[in-house]
Amino acid sequence: MVAAAAKFAISGLHVHYGKICALRDLNLDIRAHEIFTVIGPANSGKSTFLNCLNRLIDLAPASRLSGEIRLDGVDIRAGLEVESLRRKVGIVFALPLPLPISIYENIVYGLRMQGIRDAAVLDEAVERSLRESYLWDEVKDRLRSPAMNLSGGQQQRLCMARILAGRPDVLLFDEPTSGLDPISTARIEETMLVLKEKYTIVLVTNNVAQAARVGDRTAFFLMSEMVELSETSRMFTTPVDQRTSDYITGKFG
Amino acid sequence: MKPARRRKLKEWLIEKAILLSGVFSVVFVLLIFLFLLREGLSLFRGESVLDFLLGKSWYPISSPPRFGILPLILGSVLVTLGAAAISVPIGIAAALFIAEIAPARLKEALKAGIELLAAIPSVVIGFIGMITLGPWIKNLFNIPTGLTALTGSVTLAFMAMPTIVSIAEDAVTAVPRQYREAAIAMGATKWQTTWRIVARAARPGMVAAVMLGIGRVIGETMAVMMVTGNAAMIPTGMLQPVRTLTATIAAEMGESVQGGAHYAALFAIGIVLFIITFLINGVADLFLHRSRR
Repeated sequence: MVAAAAKFAISGLHVHYGKICALRDLNLDIRAHEIFTVIGPANSGKSTFLNCLNRLIDLAPASRLSGEIRLDGVDIRAGLEVESLRRKVGIVFALPLPLPISIYENIVYGLRMQGIRDAAVLDEAVERSLRESYLWDEVKDRLRSPAMNLSGGQQQRLCMARILAGRPDVLLFDEPTSGLDPISTARIEETMLVLKEKYTIVLVTNNVAQAARVGDRTAFFLMSEMVELSETSRMFTTPVDQRTSDYITGKFG
Repeated sequence: MKPARRRKLKEWLIEKAILLSGVFSVVFVLLIFLFLLREGLSLFRGESVLDFLLGKSWYPISSPPRFGILPLILGSVLVTLGAAAISVPIGIAAALFIAEIAPARLKEALKAGIELLAAIPSVVIGFIGMITLGPWIKNLFNIPTGLTALTGSVTLAFMAMPTIVSIAEDAVTAVPRQYREAAIAMGATKWQTTWRIVARAARPGMVAAVMLGIGRVIGETMAVMMVTGNAAMIPTGMLQPVRTLTATIAAEMGESVQGGAHYAALFAIGIVLFIITFLINGVADLFLHRSRR
């Protein structure tokens, strides 16, 4: 097997909110076409980590970063325009956030913003991205109806389609199934496993079992630090650190 | 009486008292309208409705008197459109700035300033319009009088602005934060987010803000009477003196004979105004409800 290239290379990353330290000395690589999962209790810094990868962290008042994040070797804070970074690195939030417009318009929204007007291109992107997120069959006959009428699970897959329409490189998921029922959750997880063929996926989750089901490698965060990073199968069978073992077996969390 | 029964009675009394106050406010509006109708409709025994609405001359004390309010309607429309053209773009832009762009301290200062603008009595605004704006417009356009429709529009724009800004600002602030985050996460710039997502989601509230601002302008009397020159002629441009419906009632009510035709005509103008503001408020309400849904 060929060694996978690093998609993201993170070295010496510190994040502070005002005086509070949210991430301490983080060093890790995320490989192309893997599902990189991050687990850990609340306030462990895992969402902060995710928000660093597409610089949504810039919106948080008084946030300070030091260290380096490279995407395909390019420093994302110096070498890349923030808007194009965010188009390359799409995020799906915990709560589905369709915009109050039709299904179709939700998906082409980002493309229109980039100035794409050609109806054929837009139609193609809608069908492709809805197929990729396994929503096409459910909504193909009502693309013009409001996105708000979809169920929670469908809305979340619509949000995935919306990101996919812009042909990103990396997909970030921030606890994408925390508001969904088990069946919708299963569908999202299946979709992720298919999507990793084309994309690199970073999944932050509260659900330890979910990390075990879909992750290739898993990082365990605790109190602003990464405690352990290993192949997912190894972490869930023979964790190195006692704290990791305690967390994944449910002794705290 | 047992405590339980007393509590029940108290509940009942409070409930009915609140109901009564609610009913009263509606009843008062109805009574005002009925009163207007009773006083105003007698005009139409001697005058046709069409002659009244579309008559070109308003000579209430000549003999025979002429009660055509078309010049007054056009005066009101002209001043209102002018005021809207000035206050709507500035007001909406100000609302977007305050809600989306201004840093917290500037935001508070601006909001306080705009509320203060709303608190200035209309006669003071009219006074400023008459003393400073009027002569300025007279000199700028080199016209015989500075008391024109334009002067009225500018003055009233200042009065509509607080209503427009504060309601539109509420509408913009009420747009869920998540919409902004979703747009920014997709690579939208700040401006694209503000214009395409936030402004679009807040549009019903903005329309309501505009309608209520316009309602304020149409109903305004004192300032408009002081700065528009009060000539009841059909206006052909913004630089002519005009007279509005409201100013006519205020100026002439004192000199009309109670129960006479002139008196009834002024009340009939009141009916017209009532219907106009009723329609405007209705439209605003429609949009406000839509925005809440």
